[in-house]
Amino acid sequence: MTKYVVRRLLGAVPLLIGIATIVFFAVNLAPGDPASYFMAPGMTQEVVEQMRTNFGLDDPVPVRYVKWLGSMLTGDFGFSFSHSRPVLDVLTTFLPNTLLLSACALSLAFLFGIFLGTLQAVRQHSAFDSATSVVLLFFYSMPSFWLALMLILTFSLFARNVWEWPVWFPASGMTPTDYDFLSFGEQVRARFMHLVLPTASLALVLTAGIARYMRTSMLEVIRQDFVRTARAKGLSERVVVFKHALRNALIPIVTLAGLYIPILFSGSVFIEYIFAWPGLGRTIVDAINTRDYPLVMGGSFFFATMVVVANLIADLLYAVVDPRIRYERT
Amino acid sequence: MPWSTRAFAMSGPERVRWPTRALALGVWLGGLWILVTRFGRVRAALLDGALDDRLAVVTLALTLVVPAIWGWRVSRKPERQKRAGVSQWDLAARAFSKNRTAVAGLVIIVLLYLVALLTPLLAPFDPAFQGDLVNERYVGPSAVHPLGTDQFARDVFSRLLYGTRISLVIGFVSVGISVTIGTVLGAIAGYIGGVVDGLIMRVVDMVISFPTLILLITIIAFFQPSIFLIVAVLGLTLWPNTARIVRAEVLSLREREFVQAAVALGYSKRRIILGHLIPNALGPVIVASTLGIGQMIVLEAGLSFLGLGVQPPTPSWGTMVADGRNVLLGAWWLSTFPGLAIVFTVLSFNLVGDGLRDALDPRLRT
Repeated sequence: MTKYVVRRLLGAVPLLIGIATIVFFAVNLAPGDPASYFMAPGMTQEVVEQMRTNFGLDDPVPVRYVKWLGSMLTGDFGFSFSHSRPVLDVLTTFLPNTLLLSACALSLAFLFGIFLGTLQAVRQHSAFDSATSVVLLFFYSMPSFWLALMLILTFSLFARNVWEWPVWFPASGMTPTDYDFLSFGEQVRARFMHLVLPTASLALVLTAGIARYMRTSMLEVIRQDFVRTARAKGLSERVVVFKHALRNALIPIVTLAGLYIPILFSGSVFIEYIFAWPGLGRTIVDAINTRDYPLVMGGSFFFATMVVVANLIADLLYAVVDPRIRYERT
Repeated sequence: MPWSTRAFAMSGPERVRWPTRALALGVWLGGLWILVTRFGRVRAALLDGALDDRLAVVTLALTLVVPAIWGWRVSRKPERQKRAGVSQWDLAARAFSKNRTAVAGLVIIVLLYLVALLTPLLAPFDPAFQGDLVNERYVGPSAVHPLGTDQFARDVFSRLLYGTRISLVIGFVSVGISVTIGTVLGAIAGYIGGVVDGLIMRVVDMVISFPTLILLITIIAFFQPSIFLIVAVLGLTLWPNTARIVRAEVLSLREREFVQAAVALGYSKRRIILGHLIPNALGPVIVASTLGIGQMIVLEAGLSFLGLGVQPPTPSWGTMVADGRNVLLGAWWLSTFPGLAIVFTVLSFNLVGDGLRDALDPRLRT
């Protein structure tokens, strides 16, 4: 097991270098000048040249690549133009917000997905099964950004202005404008209310995928001999399903977690953009729009690293939960 | 017209079942309806139309001719001669046709492609036509504008119809690129193995663990967004999945007798890979690419939503959703209907993909 962990960790290193390379060349081979961020219309050519020299943009691209990779290794991601702070600083400021949103969405999605999938499998071919399948496929086919807009339309705008529901959810930001003046209890409530819609729009699409997967996995397990044995012992159906079958059906779902992390992050870009959520995805999109080259490169690399780490954790978890798997041989 | 009554008869001893007949009749009647109601436009398109106008006329002619010929042939030969053998593809087709939801998805997809081709004749307005900016902005759904108008008083329904093309073309072409690259690389990696395999699969790992969207946004934002760039970039994102699938299939096919026979016959590696391995690994690839088209449509819509996709004034579903984003309360129809179009299109591709998976996997056939 230790050997496997070490091998996987070592394997991640060339992967990360490769990703850094893709990021660098995707950004630097594109037309456009990083120094343009600081250029004013009235600047003379000498000032521009001086600026390019100061930024090290005079060097040929391969030299810049080596320099960039070298400073990345020492943890120096560069300096963000638009935030006027080190890139790493910017990223770590926004990271917790993205993690909060992703964690809420992921745990809700897994909870509901596993529950629905299990119920469907237990009642295979029933009206419930087919109805749920259609509804889930509907959500599965939905772009998360559109779902987010529809949720805002229904539970924020129409609920508040047209139907005048007693409860409606805020559609943007993480906190209300008067957050600092609220009591602690109200602050918690305000944060929760702001979290509901973004989480729901991320989680609903994920739930659909997980439930579909869970149904297949559960159907395979439920036909196995040990389940029949459990039933023959006279255990109640509830114990058979939720204790004996569910545990085994969950094993492939663990790998799904690793698979869903990139999807989750991609989804969170849209969700953060729509809900004005101060997270990583939104920061990177903003950085791209303002041509903040260091932040784009640093942010993309950071994002990719998180995906790699998440995949690694999922693989290791898989080894932990399924003792049948041996990792000693290649 | 005896052939039409017999061909479109909803019952009878013929083997062709009624949904197929209904579809043929529907397409034929739809074509006829367009020809009658839009006759002026058809003539104009024929006389001096652009390429897509002429294409629409050709499609219209086909919708009138193909169902008719098909019906004539079916009515002539009610019992087709049975062939001696039944291939795996025949079995799969039979299993697929029994899956009602999957067939429904396929029908919707066929209709969508027809609509995309016929749009110049179908759309009530020009997609770029701006109405009276004072009185006709943000008009809700009505008889004149079935899905309302947008901020420039353009007809949402017409734009929706034109947007169909963008989504379908981008989905289809980018998946085509992906599948070609992925299949070839996966087969090479699986068959040759060794260093080549290691190298290709590391690249695959790298691209898979990269957050696709960030990569896409980065590339598209720093170059000029254009439809070709988007298709190319989308095409470069899905191939690792195909490569993985094909490699896994090839690894197991490699040991089979027919491949060894091919090796013993002294065939070249190229011939074995292209002629023997890839055709046998195609089943899962077809499933993955059908589902992939849905993913690509969503991804393209997402990019357009962020303003990085197809550039205005070309109508695209993602752009239309984005147009309505800031006026959700006042003009809810602007974002809602294009989004619904995306959902139903992707849903159809997913239904067909699921059906194909069940049909192409012999273990799942019942």
